[in-house]
Amino acid sequence: MESQTKSDVQKKITEDVAKYPVLLYVKGTPQAPMCGFSKGVMDIFQKLGVEFKTIDVLEDSGIRDGVKQFSSWPTIPQIFIQGKFVGGYDIVRDLYQKGELQKMLKS
Amino acid sequence: MFSPDRIREIVEKGLPGSRAEVKDLTGTSDHFELVVIAAGFDGKSLVDRHRMVYATLGALVGNEIHALSIRALTPGEAGGR
Repeated sequence: MESQTKSDVQKKITEDVAKYPVLLYVKGTPQAPMCGFSKGVMDIFQKLGVEFKTIDVLEDSGIRDGVKQFSSWPTIPQIFIQGKFVGGYDIVRDLYQKGELQKMLKS
Repeated sequence: MFSPDRIREIVEKGLPGSRAEVKDLTGTSDHFELVVIAAGFDGKSLVDRHRMVYATLGALVGNEIHALSIRALTPGEAGGR
């Protein structure tokens, strides 16, 4: 959308982060992941059997840049749980392997 | 194109006292795995540690460096590495 300003994008991200308990900004979709790290995070949440929302940043370059600004984090994927930024693939994999991700999802 | 050595130098310079190991994952000089061991990570969350590493690389991440896997460890966590 040409008319989408940077503050519109930040507003949209703020709303989505508040709205979805588990929100993943990724490249591609669960059916067709477009990046190994994005696939990795979606695989983990699928294995855990929790409901999650994905937003494909390849569909919207405004969101792709905007979410990096929102979280002060330069890469995709980005994972938000209960409105809180958790990190990227390395961190989520680490938390999953330690059993801490599972605890975060229960609370 | 970036060599693993160049990335190691940038990170070690940006985080004084740290030790970095960098692997080119795909042989194409744009997908890297980075292990950084720094006393400065002590008491910091994983998110903060990664931000510290990203800060050393600045705009390289997402441009010259397409994909970067990071493990950020304290000397204690790194054990015998």
